[in-house]
Parts: sequence; C-alpha cells; structure tokens
Amino acid sequence: MSSSIEALANREYKYGFVTEIESETIPRGLNEDIVRLISAKKNEPEWLLEWRLKAFRHWQKMVEPEWANVNYPKIDYQDIIYYSAPKPKEKKKSLDEVDPELLDTFEKLGIPLHEQKMLANVAVDAIFDSVSVATTFKEKLAKEGVIFCSFSEAVHEYPELIKKYLGSVVPYTDNYFAALNSAVFSDGSFCFIPKGVRSPMELSSYFRINNSESGQFERTLIVAEEKSYVSYLEGCTAPKFDKNQLHAAVVELVALDDAEIKYSTVQNWYAGDEEGRGGIYNFVTKRGKCAGINSKISWTQVETGSAITWKYPSCILLGDNSIGEFYSVALTNHMQQADTGTKMIHVGKNTRSRIISKGISAGRSNNSYRGLVKINPKADNSRNYSQCDSLLIGTKCGANTFPYIEVANNTSRIEHEASTSKISEEQIFYFNQRGISTEDAVNMIINGFCKEVFRELPMEFAVEATRLLGLKLEGSVG
Amino acid sequence: MAQAAREKENYSAACRAFTKTRAGLDQPWLTALRERAAESFQGLSFPTTRDEEWKYTNVAPLLEKQFRQLFDLDLSGVQAKRLESVTFPEARESRLVFVNGIYAAELSNTSGLPDGVQVANLSQFASGSDQFPEAALGSLADHENDTFTALNTALIGDGAVVRIPRGRAIEQPIHLLFLTAATEQIVAYPRVLIVAEEGSMATVVESYASLQNESCFNNAVTEVIVNPGASLDHYRLQQESERAFHIGTTRVRQEQGSRYRSLAISLGAEISRHTLNVEHRAEQIETIIDGLYIVTGSQHVDNHTSIDHAHPHCQSSQLYKGILDGRARAVFNGKVFVREGALLTDARQLNKNLLLSGTATVDTKPQLEILADDVKCSHGATVGQLEEEEIFYLASRGISSERARALLTFGFAGELIERIGIRSVREGLDRTVLDKLHQSLEVE
Repeated sequence: MSSSIEALANREYKYGFVTEIESETIPRGLNEDIVRLISAKKNEPEWLLEWRLKAFRHWQKMVEPEWANVNYPKIDYQDIIYYSAPKPKEKKKSLDEVDPELLDTFEKLGIPLHEQKMLANVAVDAIFDSVSVATTFKEKLAKEGVIFCSFSEAVHEYPELIKKYLGSVVPYTDNYFAALNSAVFSDGSFCFIPKGVRSPMELSSYFRINNSESGQFERTLIVAEEKSYVSYLEGCTAPKFDKNQLHAAVVELVALDDAEIKYSTVQNWYAGDEEGRGGIYNFVTKRGKCAGINSKISWTQVETGSAITWKYPSCILLGDNSIGEFYSVALTNHMQQADTGTKMIHVGKNTRSRIISKGISAGRSNNSYRGLVKINPKADNSRNYSQCDSLLIGTKCGANTFPYIEVANNTSRIEHEASTSKISEEQIFYFNQRGISTEDAVNMIINGFCKEVFRELPMEFAVEATRLLGLKLEGSVG
Repeated sequence: MAQAAREKENYSAACRAFTKTRAGLDQPWLTALRERAAESFQGLSFPTTRDEEWKYTNVAPLLEKQFRQLFDLDLSGVQAKRLESVTFPEARESRLVFVNGIYAAELSNTSGLPDGVQVANLSQFASGSDQFPEAALGSLADHENDTFTALNTALIGDGAVVRIPRGRAIEQPIHLLFLTAATEQIVAYPRVLIVAEEGSMATVVESYASLQNESCFNNAVTEVIVNPGASLDHYRLQQESERAFHIGTTRVRQEQGSRYRSLAISLGAEISRHTLNVEHRAEQIETIIDGLYIVTGSQHVDNHTSIDHAHPHCQSSQLYKGILDGRARAVFNGKVFVREGALLTDARQLNKNLLLSGTATVDTKPQLEILADDVKCSHGATVGQLEEEEIFYLASRGISSERARALLTFGFAGELIERIGIRSVREGLDRTVLDKLHQSLEVE
C-alpha cells in the first residue's frame, strides 16, 4: 500500500512563481547602520529607532538556540537582505494605483485585492517582501472604529497605541529570533478593535516573499479592547528558490476583559524540493496575552509549508476565567522538519486551556510536537486538556512528542494524551470494499483525523486547508 | 563557577586517594576500568539545571555538602531489630548486605540458593580466578558521558554480582541490601551487576535504606543483562532517611525474546533521582517498567526513564504513579524511542500524579520519538487531586471524608504495590505507605 501512498504526494508547489517587479533593496548584511537605514526608509520616529537599536544590541549578545529537534546549516546573518520593497510609485490612495504586476501576483495566489471583485467578506492586508502593499475594506472597518492597517502606517497614525503595546507580549529580549525581528522588522499588520465592537468581517494578512535574497521579518499586533471580538486570518506563500530563506516574524495579541481573538493561520511557504533544497526557515514567535478577565485567545494553525517550521503560538492566561486554545495540524513531507506546539501559562484563577495537535509525517520528514503547560501556584481550579496525535505515512519519517507539564497547584487538573499510529490496511480495505479508491480513502481518513482542528477554521480557510492537505500528500498514498 | 570547580576537586581528590589505596588489591582489569572512569570524570562536570536532563533537579545542595567515604566495616550502627525491618523472610538465605558501601559478610547469607547461582560481592571476583564480571562490568553504564556514573565507576570498591545460570528458574527472591548506618555524613558508591543467562528466571530486590538520620549520599549504578529467553523481575526500593541524597542509575540490556519487569519505588531521601535506561538488542522483547513515588515535606524525587526500541515486534509498558504532599516536588521524564525499522512496536506509557497539598509541584514530560510507521505508541500524563465524586460515594456509605481520602490515596498507590510478587515485601510496603500517608492525611 505504502508505495502507492508515496506515489501520490509529489505535486508541484503551485505558488512557486516569481513576480518580475522592480524592487528596492538595501545592501545585504546586518549592522547598526542597516537598522538605521531600515528605520529611515520608513520615516520612523526616533523612539522606534531607539527600540530597534536596543533590540539589535541585545541580539548581538545572544546565541542562536539549538534545542529544537531540527537540523539546518548555520545561518549566515550577514548574507541576508533585510529590506526589500516593490519600487514605490506615488503613495497609493486606492487600489487602482497599486502596481498591476502586484495585483496580478495576488490574483494568481487567489487573494483578490479588488474590493468589488470580492465575494468573501474578508478585509486583506497584503504584504509583499518587506512592505504592506494594500489593505482592503479600510473605510468600512473605520466606520465601526476598527483600525486595520499596515504596521508602518500605524506607527505614524497611532503612535500612542503602538508605544503602549509594542513588545508588551513578546519583549525584544524574549528570544534570539524575536530580538532579530525587533531590530529589523520591516512591516506587518496592526489591528485594533475598540471597546464593545465585534469586527464586522474577518481580517486577514497575506504574506508573500518574492526576492530570493531577502528575509521576511514582519510584526503583527492585535489589540482587542473590552468586550470586543475579532477573527484574524493569515496566509503565506513564497516562490521556489534553491536557497533557504529566513522568515522570522513576531505576532503579539492582547485581549482585555471579555474580549476574544481568534487567530487562524494557513502556512504554505515554499517547502523545498524532494531532496530538501531550498525552502523557507519559518522561525516565528507568536504569543497572546489574555490580560483581562473572561478573555479568550484561540490559535488555529495549518502548517503545511516551510523547509523548517519552528513556532509555538502561546497563551498567557493572566486574567481570571480566561481561556486559551490551540488547534494545530502540521503536515510534513519529503525533507521537511517541523518543531511546533504551544505554551499555555496559567496565572489567573479558573483559567482553562485546550490543546489539540495533529501531526502528519510523510516522506523522510520529521514532525515534533513540543508544548508546555504551566500551572502557577495561584492559578486555582485551572484546567488543561491536551491531545497530540501523530500519523505516520511511510517508514522513513519521524514523529516526536515533547510535552512539558509543570504543575504547582493541586486544585487544577491536567490531562495529556498522545498517540501515534498509521493508516491501517483494514481501514483502507473497508473503503475499497465500498468502491472508494485508496487515494480518496487516505484523503478522507486524514481529513477525519484533522477534523477537530479544521472545524475551528473560518469556512473559506477550512475548504482551502482540506484541499491543501490533499495536494500535499498526493503521491504519498496508494 | 569557582564553587563548581571546588566541588569537583573534592571528588577528584577522592578518586586519586582511592586509586592509591586500592593499588595491588584488585585484578588489573578492574584497576584499568577505574582509571578510565576517573579520567573521564576529569573531563566532565556536574549537571546544572541548564542541562535538559537535569532541568528540574538541582544537585547544588548535594554538591555543597562534604561527605566522607568509609573503607572499614563498622556494624555498630546496625541493630538486629532495625535490620529486621528492612529485610524480609523470603530472602533470609539469599541475601547480600552492604553497610556504608562495604560488604558485610556477617549479615549476608546465600546458603539457600541452589548450586550454580552466583550471588557474591565483587571483591571475591576481583581477586579470585573467576573473571566473569570483567566483560560485563561497565559495559552498559556510560562512564564516558555521565558524571555520576563516571564517579561511581572510578570509585568502585565493592558491589553485588548476581549470575543466574542458563535455563534455571530460581524461586527464592535474591535480596541486595545497601544500608547506611553512620554517625557522620558519608558517601557510598553501590554497584550492582545482574546477569540472567539464557532461558533463566529470577527475582532480584535491590533496596536502599538508612538506619540513622544523618545526611548521606548514595551514588548507585546497576547494570542488568537479560540474555535470550530470560525473564527477570527487578524491584528497586529506595527508602532512605529524608535527609539522604540518592542518585541511582540503572542500565538494562535485553536480548532476543527476553522479559524484564522493573518496579522502582522511591519513598525516602531529600533529593532522589533514578535514571532507568532499557536497550533492546533483538526482537520479541517485553519490557515492563513501573514506578511509585510518595514524597512529603520538602522532598524532591526525579524519575527519568528511557526505552530504546531498536528492533521489531517488541512491547513495552510503563506506569509511574506519584503522591505528593507538603512542599514536595516530583519530576518524571519518560522517553520512548522507536527507531527506524522497529516495526510492530507496541509502547505504552502513563504517568499519574496526585497532589495532596496546594504547595506540591509536579513537572512531567512524557516523550515519544518515533521513526517507524507501523507502530502503536501512546502516552499520557495526568495531574490532579482526588475525585470529589469518589469521596462522596464513600461518604454516602458512612465513611468520613478523611478516611475516604486516605482509602482512595492508598488505593492509588496500591495498584502498583500489589504487582509485587513477594508477599512480605508487599505487606511491608503497605505498612510503610500507610505510615507515610497517615502523617499526611492526619487520620488514625
């Protein structure tokens, strides 16, 4: 069976094209001058430059972490271009002024930026290499008081908000890649939902790496004020290059009293070829702070791309009764490596968290779940349930689970379960017997395996994710 | 850093002094093994909480203390009555006793064992003509990378050697008892070698106890070889005083079709650590490793297990349970490796913890690393307190809530104790556990 399973997964990466566009890049390498240059390019205020420099100086003192269960040649941080932007025409007021080449690119990716053409009720912030090229539905959102714009715009328009929340969840001292990002981040999305507002539509960022030499370092900051709600989607793709590219992003979420943030990611960066040449190193720090009482942060991720994925979307449950959730499907094929999971830090009383992680490994890939559940002494009556299942397809792949559970409160209750299995001959036989081909059967089994996670995704994304898994595994099943 | 260097120097000096005193007493192979280990100890440093394997266990309080190693047998601290409490009748004529790390012939008795079964102290082998331990001793315990194992190996004085001959099933349990009884702070380096030859069957109880309340340090290393078709039950009881320090390492090698069952019970010591590694060398192997830890006050207990499934058609199961009270802390880290090609592996692991107080902490990390697809592996971990519903159930039948709690807690531990095949060991543990729980649960 497995030979035909393997025959199925090798479809071309369809987002691997490069857009020929004039771009403005800065010299490769990293030093204080580069940090200043990036800051100057973006006309940033002095305080932000200072913050970047502090981060850079701190980063220089840090050592690259090695504890993750991934292997890659050492990254030469001096061989990366830290800023690359499509050559600016004039400042854009409406989409009509966006470079048609760019619009084409996003069209090809299935991200229509033309509002009139949009069927889906989703506001998109499109980020091309280092900068945000367009944000749709701004006016409609503004009517409700929702701020949704590129990070650089926010720095100029809402400096007080940025000053207050930037680095409040992920300080620049947090880890090696967060420090690097803080020093050189180029753009990203900023989103602010005022008190009592339910965002009228899904907000979404679309990240695209185009330049082969550049890295992408964006920052996303989402603040949900009291009693507000927002659902945020993130998608990513990159062209096929033989070189590895670094993507080190930071995402910070802040939820105040009774607020809820739902953050969904479908990550499909270029994963490299069958031999593991090229692909994105996706080293991302994502963290949410449930600062208020009854607040809720929910992470849903479908990780199918990247040569190496190394990310742990986490929740700090500070407010009493706050809830953290993590739903993840991580699929690795060929030579991909993924070390992903979550951290749930229970600080407030009656806090609850739920972790559902589904790992699928095929080819010669390696898929690890690494998670931390920490119950602080004062987190009375907190509750955690974790479930980590792995599915192995083929004999050359690996699946690992590294759950860390630290409990210092006896009124709390923690359960962790993990299992590893493969698709059994009996299951396939059962399908075949009813006239369903092996390929369809495997697809259905995998979708069933991931169902708990997919149902957390917004509709459009769920359809996309299901399709994506099918494509990714094509040929690895038979 | 300077502090760490000083601590290490104390032990290095001990190694040098020891080598000198033992010169000419032992066979050259043992001296050579000791020297190799002393050399690797020089190149190693004591673990800190920055090492992943020691993330939750800080050995600094142990290293700060000065311990003395004794070389002469002194039985003045061993009263017959106390001895009775740590031995059991089934093994009256099949036991070896070591006091403060030194073999106590007066207290040992192996007359009940059938001919051909070798149960003796290492010195008898080391100076005699039977050189059987030469090939086995040090073959599993990694003195090249593990600091505590290196130290133990560099300072091997005496130890227990057990060999079960081919095809023999030994009914009597073999008891290896390591006692500490001294009026000063002493350190001992117990060493055990167990070899079960092809098709043999036996039960070995390895126990550690203290007869005084003085702080002491036991750095124990046990090597177990289970040859094809052999079956070994291995009980490890650590019930030292709550001021003791215990660092134990057990390395097991299993061959084709063998069965190894271990139950490690940790009740005593201020800081106690047990590392248990099982390596599979062939197919059709069965491994059962269970554990029970009950800690109160400011005790710290750490269990690290790892099972290396390198071949197809092997099974393993693990159940580690813990009861914690006071400010006690427990650490569990269970690794299950399934290597490429180890198809049809069936590995299960479960760690359950019961917290009786609001100040006890548990850090548990069950870990799976799987590189083969046709396997069944699962692990689980739970931390919590007693179910209110269960207490209510008993209360509705007229049992006070204190008593209900005690019963349920005892039952939680009982699941493992009742797996012990030796009646008086089981009963003795029941009593010990009840005593310990009574202090915690404040019932009669």
